Amino acid sequence: MNANDIISPENLVYAKPGLMNDNYMHYCPGCSHGVVHKVIAEVIKEMGLQEKTIGIAPVGCAVFAYNYLDIDWQEAAHGRAPALATAVKRLLPDRMVFTYQGDGDLAAIGTAETIHAANRGENIAIIFINNGIYGMTGGQMAPTTLSNMVTSTSPDGRNVQMMGNPLKILDMLALLDGVCLATRTSVHTAAAVKRTRRMIRLAFENAMAGKGTSIVEVVSTCNAGWKMTPAAANDWMVENMFPVYPIGDLKNI
Amino acid sequence: MAKVKGYVEVNTDRCKGCNLCVISCPSDTLDLQPREVNDRGYHYAFMKNPDECIGCANCGFVCPEGCITVYRKKVG
Ligand SMILES: Cc1ncc(C[n+]2csc(CCOP(=O)(O)OP(=O)(O)O)c2C)c(N)n1
Ligand code: SF4
Ligand code: SF4
Repeated sequence: MNANDIISPENLVYAKPGLMNDNYMHYCPGCSHGVVHKVIAEVIKEMGLQEKTIGIAPVGCAVFAYNYLDIDWQEAAHGRAPALATAVKRLLPDRMVFTYQGDGDLAAIGTAETIHAANRGENIAIIFINNGIYGMTGGQMAPTTLSNMVTSTSPDGRNVQMMGNPLKILDMLALLDGVCLATRTSVHTAAAVKRTRRMIRLAFENAMAGKGTSIVEVVSTCNAGWKMTPAAANDWMVENMFPVYPIGDLKNI
Repeated sequence: MAKVKGYVEVNTDRCKGCNLCVISCPSDTLDLQPREVNDRGYHYAFMKNPDECIGCANCGFVCPEGCITVYRKKVG
């Protein structure tokens, strides 16, 4: 059997999602951001929400997310995505509003906005890309950086006595009454991507149903910042990130 | 017994040669071009063993660029 017998629409099992346009993405080869972008595009399409969705882009490597998914977007100042999402959702309550934020954005400069939006139970979804580092600015230590992890600002490894402990902000958020979903996922295997898709869909459904704030933390890699190949970064993540940031639901009501 | 055959198309312009599709493949179908590069200088993915593909789409799911299209057909 040759290729032409197989290549036809009825045999199609996977393709780039329609809402992801052909703009060439600026991410480093193998970066988790691209996979999560695809998943978001698939879920929005599947739910028929392309005309109703407003994404809030962060500051960080995903600052240009609005160039890649053909939905409405707003760009927030660093860390302020949940505050902007609050305003958008309150003004346009029939829209599906989500933020897309890195760990520097969400768990450092934006800690206050994140916690108070979640505590108010804003009807938004928060997609949280935790790669344990400030990717965009050159791999500096973030609050989420693991203990003893080497970064450009902790060249001898994070010394927790001096630099504090890895911040498990999802655990903190899960305690808040305004939060209906707090879950951790990853995108390093096909099975993991499928679970992320289910969780992001649930988060978007919760936002539309007015159930409160949903947070999907995608434990991710920044192979450039970690100074590894993409494949080695996946293995490093499984070995080192998962014990501190375990995959699974912390809260799902 | 019914068998499945798969086929993978790679958007070679978009591919950044990250290798994640290659390691996700259960049947050792894919590899990166050893010499050829695309316009941006990346060794893009290709079907090294096209007969081995079972169309599972693992490669498609993990590709960060969305440059993989997967087809699957029952045969026999
Ligand atoms: C007010 C302000 N402070 C600092 C910066 C510099 N800055 C840009 S991105 C970034 C960190 C991004 O890290 P993260 O949110 O983890 O995203 P990643 O790049 O890893 O995806 C910082 C500190 C800025 N742009 N604006
Ligand atoms: S610096 Fe890290 S987070 Fe940013 S695009 Fe590169 S791999 Fe991704
Ligand atoms: S569809 Fe599955 S078997 Fe075929 S190349 Fe992709 S990962 Fe390998």
